[in-house]
Amino acid sequence: MSSTAATSPARSRSRRGFQSPPWAEKAAAPILLVLAILLPFLFDPGSAFIADCVLALAYTVMALGLNIIVGFAGLLDLGYVAFFAIGAYTLGWLGSGFFAFVNHSKGIHVGVNAFTSALPGIHLNFVLVLVAAVLFTTIAGMLIGLPTLRLRGDYIAIVTLAFGEIIGRIARNGDDIKLAKIPIVGGPFENAFGKDQTFTAGVQGITPTDKISIPGLDPFTQLNQRPWYYVALVLVGIVLFVNFRVRDSRLGRAWIALREDEVAAVAMGVPSVKTKLLAYGTGAAFGGISGAFLGSYNSTVNADQFQFYFSILILGMVILGGLGSIWGTVLGAWTLTFINFWLLPDVLNSLPSKIGLNFDMTQITFGIYGFLLVIMMILRPQGLLPERRRAMEMTDSEGGEDSQILTARA
Amino acid sequence: MSETQEQPVVLDARNITKQFGGLTAVADVTFEVPERAIVSIIGPNGAGKTTFFNMLTGFYKPTLGKISFEGRNVTGGRPDVIMKLGMARTFQNIRLFSTMTAMENVMVGQNSRMAAGLFGAIFHTPKVRREEKAVREKAREELEYVGLGTRTHDQLAINLAYGDQRRVEIARALASSPRVLLLDEPTAGMNPQESGELTEFMRRLRDERGITIVLIEHDMKVIMGVSERISVLDHGEKIAEGAPAEVRSNPRVVEAYLGKQATVEG
Repeated sequence: MSSTAATSPARSRSRRGFQSPPWAEKAAAPILLVLAILLPFLFDPGSAFIADCVLALAYTVMALGLNIIVGFAGLLDLGYVAFFAIGAYTLGWLGSGFFAFVNHSKGIHVGVNAFTSALPGIHLNFVLVLVAAVLFTTIAGMLIGLPTLRLRGDYIAIVTLAFGEIIGRIARNGDDIKLAKIPIVGGPFENAFGKDQTFTAGVQGITPTDKISIPGLDPFTQLNQRPWYYVALVLVGIVLFVNFRVRDSRLGRAWIALREDEVAAVAMGVPSVKTKLLAYGTGAAFGGISGAFLGSYNSTVNADQFQFYFSILILGMVILGGLGSIWGTVLGAWTLTFINFWLLPDVLNSLPSKIGLNFDMTQITFGIYGFLLVIMMILRPQGLLPERRRAMEMTDSEGGEDSQILTARA
Repeated sequence: MSETQEQPVVLDARNITKQFGGLTAVADVTFEVPERAIVSIIGPNGAGKTTFFNMLTGFYKPTLGKISFEGRNVTGGRPDVIMKLGMARTFQNIRLFSTMTAMENVMVGQNSRMAAGLFGAIFHTPKVRREEKAVREKAREELEYVGLGTRTHDQLAINLAYGDQRRVEIARALASSPRVLLLDEPTAGMNPQESGELTEFMRRLRDERGITIVLIEHDMKVIMGVSERISVLDHGEKIAEGAPAEVRSNPRVVEAYLGKQATVEG
């Protein structure tokens, strides 16, 4: 698609900067779509490979969301895991037996299959959970956006990092928060949920969560990965569509303008508060969608999942793929998912024993992971499939531009 | 000066003071701009010209004083709101969106005249599509109006020649159909021929489009050639105001500003 990215800087500078042929982006979508649809049929329905693909798709959704915040709008967000957590808990709360005493232990059920309808707790159809997840994460995204509005670069990173940690801590310690004991609203909560209802289930996790059920299809199980795969594929499709549409719109241009030069953007009539909040909100919503999906897919919503490491993993996908580049982000998500969940644990771990050595590879997987990342960034600092603009910016080293790159990326 | 007073005042800054900590950058400056005028603000480096511009366009809030634009109080208003009201500017150091094309830069300039939101963008409603088309068309017209041919429209701003970047910046400001255009040292870095073209262009803007122009300049030839009225700032204070001929012969101005120039040239 963008093999020309590696051509000499001089040439790409001379004309229109770097550009993949205009048809490439259009042709890529249908070809990838056909491949993606056929892929599960080449493998056993329960194969670990397809399971890794499901994860890759879910992480693609998140990476595309983060790409809007960091790649388009240039707001470095180190707390993206918060939106994963909020999305996952939305599913945990609205799609499990967690609130066991709600509605006099009979439960609340909307649009779920007969089996689930007999269970206590709140059980909403997955589509409704998605809507709720989008709502919650958008609000959370804007809330985290508010204190960062007057900040720039590194300072945004610190605030968002703290936000991610706060949400992670609340998730972890939520099993000590009794809803009935919360001041003011505690009374109604006690009536609704019972006196021992906690806020989260901490590291124990909310287990099991509802599987996605689609009328007319068998309930989803871990034994058959295909239905999960296709649901995730549809989510990726929707998110990709939104990404492309928005990037080439008034809002997308405003984001990039803010990223490039906030003072000039504001002088040209771009309302910076509203535009930034829309970036945070939209990006967060995608994190929520993916979080809700993973909550159901993993069958648990566990506070251990929401660690700082995860924010960095997703950010790594965006940067590795190419900040601001939609297809690059997709490729970055798949690359890192497969390094993390296939290459390191499945391939490399059995390597020492295969060649007759006796040491535990799992001890150094992080080291290898880091090494691979460093190598990739040295070879392609602009990312695997750089954004047209970025490719040009990274290869340009004329005076004065370096500082701009730094501020744009910071 | 007597001619311009017949026109209504479009931009009116009353007793503007700006202090940064203990430093007074602009002290009690009153500045009126009649409609369809070309007025200049001059003064030595550090006289407070750009600070004054930044207050007019909402980047700084004046410590004291009041700014009205077309009778509306805009003191301390947000820059994007002031822009939307019809006051556009360029910057002393060109500030284009360097990795956007010339077209895209000018399209961003129309941001405040557009209505499409997030959902409009996602669903690509006919209204949004029409708007997008019109904005693209207008961007092309503005680029051509400032003298940039189709060849440059899809080039990244950073790849354009210096003079062309200045033109794109002016086109971007014009794209919002402003009634007042504030130019901060537009001829900086230009050769005499380019400066002459720009002077001509400013007159055209005023005559063809009725745009009022406020200019910060160092190039005396440009200032004397184009301005109907000149205000001189020195150390944050307005030390003189009037027609070019009056200002030129004002002893305080000569001392503060032109005097230095004369010794350098002489």
